[in-house]
Amino acid sequence: MSDLEKISSIFNAKIDTVKTKEDLQSIKTEFFGKNGQITLQFKNLSSIEPEKRKEFASNLNKIKEDLTNQIELKNSELENLEINEKLKNEKVDVTLPVRPFQQGKIHPVSQVIDEISSIFSEIGFSVAEGPDVETDYNNFTALNTPDDHPARDMHDTFYLEKNKKLLLRTHTSPVQIRTMINGKAPFKIIVPGRTYRCDSDQTHAPMFHQLEGLHIDKSITMGHLKGCLDYFIKEFFEVKNVKMRFRPSHFPFTEPSAEVDIGYRIENKKIVIGEGDKWLEVLGCGMVHPNVLKNVKVDPKKFQGYAFGIGIDRLAMLKYGINDLRAFFETDFRWLNHFGFDPLDVPTNYRGLSK
Amino acid sequence: MIITIPWLKEHLQTKASEAEIIDKLTNIGLEVEGVKVNSGELSEFKIAKILKAEKHPNADKLKVCDVSIGGKEILKVVCGAPNARDGLITIYAPPGATIPKTKFQLKIAKIRGVESKGMLCSPSELNISNESDGIIELKNKESEIGKSYFKNKSEKVIDISITPNRADCLGIRGIARDLSATGIGKFLPVKKKKIKQLIKNQIKISIKKDPDQGCVAFGGCYIKGISNRESPEWLKKKILALGLRPISAVVDVTNYVMFDLNRPLHVYDADKIDKEIIVRNSKDNEEFEALDNKKYKLKKGMCVIADKSRVLGLGGIIGGLSTSTELETKNILLESAYFSPVSIRKTARELNLNTDAKYRFERGIDPNSIIEGLELGAELITKICGGHASKFSITGKNSKKKKSIKFEIDKFENLIGIPISINEAQKILLSLGFKCKKGKKDLNIEVPTWRPDINQDVDLIEELIRIKGFKNIRLIEPKKKRENETLNYKQKLFHLSQRSLASKGFIETVTWSFTDSKIDNQFSQETKEISILNPISSDLNVLRRSILSNLAIHLKRNQDRGYEDLSIFEIGPTFFGKNPGEQQIVVGGLKSGKINRKNWIEKERNLDVFDIKRDAIKTLIELGVDEQNLFVSDSTKKCYHPGRSGSITLKSEKGPQLAYFGEIHPAIIKNLDFKEPNIFGFEIFLKNIPEPNKKFRQTKKSFHVSDFQKSERDFAFVIDKIFKIGILEKIIREIDNIIQDVKIFDVYEGENIPKGKKSVAINVSLQADNKTLSEKDLDQISNKIVEVVKEKTGATIRS
Repeated sequence: MSDLEKISSIFNAKIDTVKTKEDLQSIKTEFFGKNGQITLQFKNLSSIEPEKRKEFASNLNKIKEDLTNQIELKNSELENLEINEKLKNEKVDVTLPVRPFQQGKIHPVSQVIDEISSIFSEIGFSVAEGPDVETDYNNFTALNTPDDHPARDMHDTFYLEKNKKLLLRTHTSPVQIRTMINGKAPFKIIVPGRTYRCDSDQTHAPMFHQLEGLHIDKSITMGHLKGCLDYFIKEFFEVKNVKMRFRPSHFPFTEPSAEVDIGYRIENKKIVIGEGDKWLEVLGCGMVHPNVLKNVKVDPKKFQGYAFGIGIDRLAMLKYGINDLRAFFETDFRWLNHFGFDPLDVPTNYRGLSK
Repeated sequence: MIITIPWLKEHLQTKASEAEIIDKLTNIGLEVEGVKVNSGELSEFKIAKILKAEKHPNADKLKVCDVSIGGKEILKVVCGAPNARDGLITIYAPPGATIPKTKFQLKIAKIRGVESKGMLCSPSELNISNESDGIIELKNKESEIGKSYFKNKSEKVIDISITPNRADCLGIRGIARDLSATGIGKFLPVKKKKIKQLIKNQIKISIKKDPDQGCVAFGGCYIKGISNRESPEWLKKKILALGLRPISAVVDVTNYVMFDLNRPLHVYDADKIDKEIIVRNSKDNEEFEALDNKKYKLKKGMCVIADKSRVLGLGGIIGGLSTSTELETKNILLESAYFSPVSIRKTARELNLNTDAKYRFERGIDPNSIIEGLELGAELITKICGGHASKFSITGKNSKKKKSIKFEIDKFENLIGIPISINEAQKILLSLGFKCKKGKKDLNIEVPTWRPDINQDVDLIEELIRIKGFKNIRLIEPKKKRENETLNYKQKLFHLSQRSLASKGFIETVTWSFTDSKIDNQFSQETKEISILNPISSDLNVLRRSILSNLAIHLKRNQDRGYEDLSIFEIGPTFFGKNPGEQQIVVGGLKSGKINRKNWIEKERNLDVFDIKRDAIKTLIELGVDEQNLFVSDSTKKCYHPGRSGSITLKSEKGPQLAYFGEIHPAIIKNLDFKEPNIFGFEIFLKNIPEPNKKFRQTKKSFHVSDFQKSERDFAFVIDKIFKIGILEKIIREIDNIIQDVKIFDVYEGENIPKGKKSVAINVSLQADNKTLSEKDLDQISNKIVEVVKEKTGATIRS
C-alpha cells in the first residue's frame, strides 16, 4: 500500500465516525491543516524523483479532491441534521382556527338584477330608471288607466296626499312614460326597480321589485316579444328548453295583452324549470297600447312595440329555491348569509351567470 | 266568477270534457283559478242533537255538550252559544272540517282544560245568514240526525278570474259565447219568454234631470199577487254553487239572472214604496239603511232610487231595507236599469261599498239588456211564485248607438307577426257576436253592445289572436347587437358600490323605502318628515329620509337574535321631499360590536371610528375618486357622535358632500336600546361623485419610477393638541416632490408633553429621480421639513 492509499484509508475510517461539526473540523485540520497529511504530501513533492513526480502529483490531486468532496458531503449532511433537529421544536397546530375575516354578501335581489341586466345587455337593452314617488298621471292615466278605470282597484296604492295625486309607484311602467316623453323613438329599455302596494301577507310584501321591458321601433311585432321572452327565460334559468305558454290577459296599457306561464316539475321537493306538466305564471306582457303612445307623443302609425313586466323577487325565489318573499326584506343575518352571493360572483356572459 | 259545467251547458251545446273546457277557458284569457268541489268540504257538517249541555267547569260562559250524530258514540263538544241546551238539534262540524266563514280548519283542542271534538255552528259561521248570536236551531230534523246538512252540493264549481275589460264574462252566457268561438260547442240562443202581461205597471217611474244623472234608463215590471217562498231545489243549488245563500225565490231569481246574463236586477216590495219611484241625485247628508244592515250617510250627487218620502236604494249598488222583500211580500216591482260606470264607481268608492251589482255596472253591462232581464226575471218569478206581471215600463234612453269599426285585415299581421285570412277573422268575430261585412281587404264591423271594451283596431286584433291562439305566433329570435351602453355612469356606480362593500365584509340588505317616523326623525333631524297617507302600519308611516333608519332597526333585531358583531349595508333611495324626483341614491352601512371577539390569535378590540373611516374611504376610492381629492373634516350630522365622526367632501371642505362616517350618536343608541351599543355608520352620496369626462386609462399618468436608493427619516413633532394631523400630513407631503410617503406612526399626549400639546411621530420616505440622496441632501430636506412645519403649524421637534 502506498502512502497515499494509507492516508485515504485512514481518512475513510475517520470520516465515518464524524458526529458533529467539530469532529469534521478536526479531520479537516488533520488532513488539510498547516501540517496536515495531505498538505505534507504536497510539500514533499519536490523531494520525489522527477520521473515519478508527475504520476505521484496526479494521484495526490485525485485523493485531495476525493477527500474534499467527502468533507463537503459530510458537512451538508450535518447541516441537514441540525435543521431537522431545530424544526422538531417548531411545530404548531395548524388545525387551529383561521385568522378571522368577515365574508360580505350580495343580496339575492341585487344579484338577480345583475343577471337580468347582463342577459338583456346582450340583445341591446339599456337600463332606465325613474323615481319611486310618482304622479297619478304617470302611474295610471298616461298608461291608459283613467281615474274611473276598474283596473285601478287591482293596485292597492300608497298615497302621499289626500287628493291622491302623488303616490308610490305600483309598477315600473311609469318609467315607460318618462322615457318616451323625454326621448325619441326607437326605445329599447329595461327598468329594474322598487314598486309598492299596500298589501301585506305571506305572498305579498308592501314593497317588491319589478323589471319593466320596453321595445318600440318600426315594425316590432308580437313575434319579437315572444322571441325576446323565450331568450330571456332560457338564459335566466340557464336551461336549453323551456315550455312557455302565452295566455291572453288584460293590462290597460297593452293590447293584445298576455300573461306568460313556464313549465315546471317538482323533483326532490325542488322546482325544476323548463319541462314538466305544471305551469307557473312569471310575467305579464303585450303590445304597447296606441293610446299610451299617443300620450307620450309617439306616433302609433309609425312606431309600435312591446312591453313586459316581471317580478324580480319571484324570479329570484324560483331560481334559487327561496320560499318566503317577506324574508327578502327582513334583514335576518342568517338568511342573508345563507342566500346572499359572494361579491366576486359577478354575473357575466363569458364566465356564466351563476356558479 | 264562478261557473258550473251544467249551468254552462244551458248556454253551450258541447261534448267537450270538463278538462277540455278548463283548458280552453284559460287559453282564451278566462283564466281558471281553481276547481272546487263543494260537497267534500260541506258534507262533513252533520245534523246533530245535543243530548246534554252542562256548564264548563272552568268557564262561566262555556258549556260542555254531549252530542250525538246518530251512532252510539257520544261526542264531547265545548260550546259558547247561549242557546245550547238539552235536546237541541243543530249542526256539528267535526275536527278537520273547515269553517266556511273563517276558513279555519278545526282541530281537537282543549278549551279551558276540557277537550272539544269539533264544534257546533252558528248560521253566520256556515255563511247561511248573518245570525251569529247562537248555534243553528233546526226544527223537524230529528229523523235526519247524522246526515249531512248540505245536500246535493256535489257539483264542481270552476272559479274564473275575469279581467276588468271583460264585463260580458261576468255572466255565464258570456263565457259560453266566448267558448263557442273556440269551436268546442254551439252557443245556444235564449228561449223566447212566454209571460202574460195583462196588467199595467201601477208604480210611476221617473228619472230626474239632475247634473251627471247616473241612471241612463230604468225598466220596471210590477208583479201582483205573488206568494214568495223558498226557492225550488234547482235554483237553490245554483245559488249555493255561486257561494251565495238562498234567501227567497224572489231574491234568488234576481241573483240568478245577474250571474246568468250579467244583468243585475233589483226587486222592491211594491207595497212599501211611497207612491212612485224617483231616480234622482242624493242631497248632502241624506241617510239610508242598506240591505247589509248598515246606515249610510250620503253625499250630494249620488244616484239614488227614491220614492216620495225617502231613499230606497243606491242605484246599481245596493238596495235598501225599507222596501226589501220578505216571504210575506205580495206585490213587487222588478227593476232592470242601466247606470253609468263612472257614477257607480264614484259613489261606491266614497261609501267604500262593494257588491256584485256594483262590480258589474262599473265594468259596463250591456245597456240593451234591460228588457231581457225583465223578461227572464218576471218569467221565473211568476213561474215559481205565481202572480201577474205588468207590461214593462222603460224610462230613459233604452238603447245605445252601436259602434262600428272599419278593420283593415293587414293590421293584424303588422302587429302580431303572422297573417290571418279575412274569412277566419270573420268567423271568429261572428261567433263572438260581432256583425261583419266583408270587403276586399277589410271588414266592416259592428260591435255588440255587451262589449264596451272594443273601441279600435287593436281591440279587434286582440280578440282575433286570443281565439286563434297565442301559440300560433312564430317567435323571432332577438338580434345580439348592442347600440347603446347598458348602464350609465351612475348605474355603474350603483352596482360597483354593492360589490365594493360586500368585498369589505359587509352584508347587503334590502329594506322598505318607508320606515318608522320615530326612528327616522332621529337620523334625519335636519329635515321634515314625509308621511304616507295610508301606511300598512303605524311603524311604517313615512318615506325614509335616512338610509340608516331601517338599518338601525334591523341591526337591533339581529343583535337581539344574538348576532352582535355585524356589518350590514343597503343601497337605495332616500327622500327629501314628497315630489317625484326628490330622492337620491345613498349607500349606507352600519357595523357594530368588536373585532376579533373571543379569538385565540388576534387581540379582541372594540370597533372604532377609524374602522368605519377606512370602509368609507376605500369605497370612495374604488368608486373612482382620487384619494388626494378626499377632504376629511369633522363637520358632521346630528345622528353621529359629535367627537367621533367625520365628513368627506370633494377636494375642499366646501366641496360636494361625498360621505359621512362615524360613531352613531349615543342618544340614538340609548333610545333604540341596543344590546351592543358600539355602533358605527357611514353614508355615501352617489350623486355627488363626479363623472369623469375621460376614461381612466386616458388620464392615467405614464409609468415612472426611480432606480435610486430610497431613504427614510423619522420626526417627532410637538404640536397644539387641537391641530388636525390630517392637515399636518398634507403640509409635509407638499414640501418637496422627493417626499414619496408620509406615515404617522404614533400620536401621544400626557407625561413629558406640555399641557395642550401632543406629540406626533412621523416617518418620511425620500427618494430622488436623478441620484442617490447623500447624507447632506437628507439633512437638508430634514431641516426643511422641520422649518416648514414650524412655520405653518407652530410645531417644534421633540427633544
